[in-house]
Amino acid sequence: MKKIAPEILVIGGGAAGLSAAAEAASAGAKVLVVESDLRLGGQLIKQTHKFFGSKDEYAGTRGYKIADILLNEIDSFKDSVSILQNTTVTGYYTEDDTFTAMRGEEEVFQIKPQKTIVATGAQERLIPFPNNDLPGVYGAGAVQTLMNVYGVLPGKRVLMVGAGNIGLIVSYQLMQAGVEVAAIVEAGPRIGGYWVHAAKIRRMGVPILLRHSIKKALGEDVITGAVITGLNEKFEQVGPEEEIECDLICIAVGLSPTTELLSQAGCKMMYVPQLCGNVAQRDRTMRTSNPAFYTAGDASGIEEASAAMVEGRIAGLSAAAALGYPTEHGKIDEYWSRLESLRMGEAGARICQGIECVLVKGWEGASHE
Amino acid sequence: MSDKNMDMLFNSGVLTGEREGAILPPRELWEKKKGGVVIIECPQRIPCNPCHTSCPTGAILPFEDINNTPKVNWEKCTGCTLCVSACPGLACFVIDLTFSEENALYKLPYEMLPLPVKGQKVQCLDREGKSVGEGTVENVTQPRKDRTHVVHVSAPKSLVTIFRSIRVVK
Repeated sequence: MKKIAPEILVIGGGAAGLSAAAEAASAGAKVLVVESDLRLGGQLIKQTHKFFGSKDEYAGTRGYKIADILLNEIDSFKDSVSILQNTTVTGYYTEDDTFTAMRGEEEVFQIKPQKTIVATGAQERLIPFPNNDLPGVYGAGAVQTLMNVYGVLPGKRVLMVGAGNIGLIVSYQLMQAGVEVAAIVEAGPRIGGYWVHAAKIRRMGVPILLRHSIKKALGEDVITGAVITGLNEKFEQVGPEEEIECDLICIAVGLSPTTELLSQAGCKMMYVPQLCGNVAQRDRTMRTSNPAFYTAGDASGIEEASAAMVEGRIAGLSAAAALGYPTEHGKIDEYWSRLESLRMGEAGARICQGIECVLVKGWEGASHE
Repeated sequence: MSDKNMDMLFNSGVLTGEREGAILPPRELWEKKKGGVVIIECPQRIPCNPCHTSCPTGAILPFEDINNTPKVNWEKCTGCTLCVSACPGLACFVIDLTFSEENALYKLPYEMLPLPVKGQKVQCLDREGKSVGEGTVENVTQPRKDRTHVVHVSAPKSLVTIFRSIRVVK
C-alpha cells in the first residue's frame, strides 16, 4: 500500500485547517492538507453573510470570500503545501503511528506524518421527534449546502428549529433564496445567536417563538407540516400546540466537535459542555497530550469561524516550531490576545469557562521551550 | 404590555425602547442635519467593529473593547451610509429629517431580490415586520459594491421610531 510521509498533516480544509496550513507553510514547513469534501473551504464556502469581528478576522467580508482569501494565501505557498480533496482520513493506528486514508471510493493509502493538526470541524446534532425520517427534514448544514453550493432550493415553506446563529443565519439565507420562513422555534427563553441576526429577520415578519419546540412532523411520504408546542422551564412539552404548514423542517440545534481521530491517537479527552462535547486537552500551543497531535477550530470546541482561524494559526505555527522551523518570537501571545478579545462578549464568557477546563499549563515530561 | 412580555419580545430580537447600543440622536440636532444621521440598533455585546472602521468622519467612535456596543458622535455624522452597508448585522440605518415637510428619507440596508426601483411604492415595516405605512423609493445605492444595497425611501416623519424595513410588493 502506498504510504506518504509529510512533515505536517492537516486533517480538514476548512477555516481552521487552511489557516493552520498557511501558517505552518509560512514558517517553512512542508504541509499536506486532506479534505473529505470535493472542495476546500469547509463551512466558509456556504456562508453568504458578512462576518463579525475585526479586520484581522476579515470583519464585514462574506464567508465565501474569506475562503477565497485563505485559498489565495495557500496558493502563494504552493511549493510547500499539497492538497488532497475528496479524501477521508479513516483511522489512526498507534502501533505504527500511521493514518489510513481513502481517496474517492477506490484508492486506499497510508499517511505517516511527523506532526498532525486535527481540524476536522463538527457534526450537526439532531433531535428526535415522530416522523423525523420523512423526506423534507434537513440539518441546517445540508440546507446551506443545497442552496449555497449547488443552487438547489430545498423547499417552499420552512419551519426552523433553533435560534442560535446557524438557525438565524440560515433562515435569512432561505428568505434570500425566496423560501418563506413560517416560524423559528427556540426551546430556550432567549435567542442563542447574535441579537442583530434575529432583529433582521424579525423585521421581515418572521416570528421567533421562544420556549417552543417541534412535537412531530406531519406527512405520509413527504413533510406536509409540523406540530409545534410550548415548553415549560424544564423543557417539558406543555403546549399550547399549533399546526404549521410547511414542506421543509430545518434542524439547527447545535453542533458537536468531530474528535474520533484524536481519541484514536490516545489524546486525553474531556467532556466540556461549554465547548459542546468531547474535546482534547491542549496547551497554549494547541498541542494535545500526544506530542505529535494538535487541534484547532470546531474540533477543539464549537465557536465562531473567526476564532477557528486564529486557533488554526496557533496550531500551524506550533507544529512548525516543534519541527525546528524558526518562528517569530511572541507570535503565539499575539494570537492569544486576539482570541481573548474575540471571547470577551456575551457568548465568549461561556467559551472561556470551557477553555479554562481543557487548557493545561504544560505536559508531564515535556521539555519547556 | 407587561415587563415579562417586553423582555420576551426583546429576547426574540425586537427592540423595545432605547438602551445602550440603541440610542436615538438628540432630536434638535437630528432635525437640522442635512443628509441625516445614523441610528444604530446593536444592544448586545458582540466582538464586532466594522461600523467604526468603515466610518469616514469619525462619527462612530473607536471601540476600546471590540465587544462594546457602538457609540456615536452625531455632530460628525454626515449620513453617508457606508456603515449601513458595512454592518454585518444590518443594524445601522440613516434617517434624514430634512427631506420634506411631511416626509423623512429613510436609508435602509437591503439584501433581498428583487431590488426595488426608483419611484416604486413599498410597504414600510416595523421591527416585527408589520406594515405601518407606505413609502416611495427615491434611490437605490450599493455603497461598498458588495451586494448590500441601501434603499432610500421617503415616508412620513411619524414613523421615525418604528419604520426599519421594507417589503417590496411584487
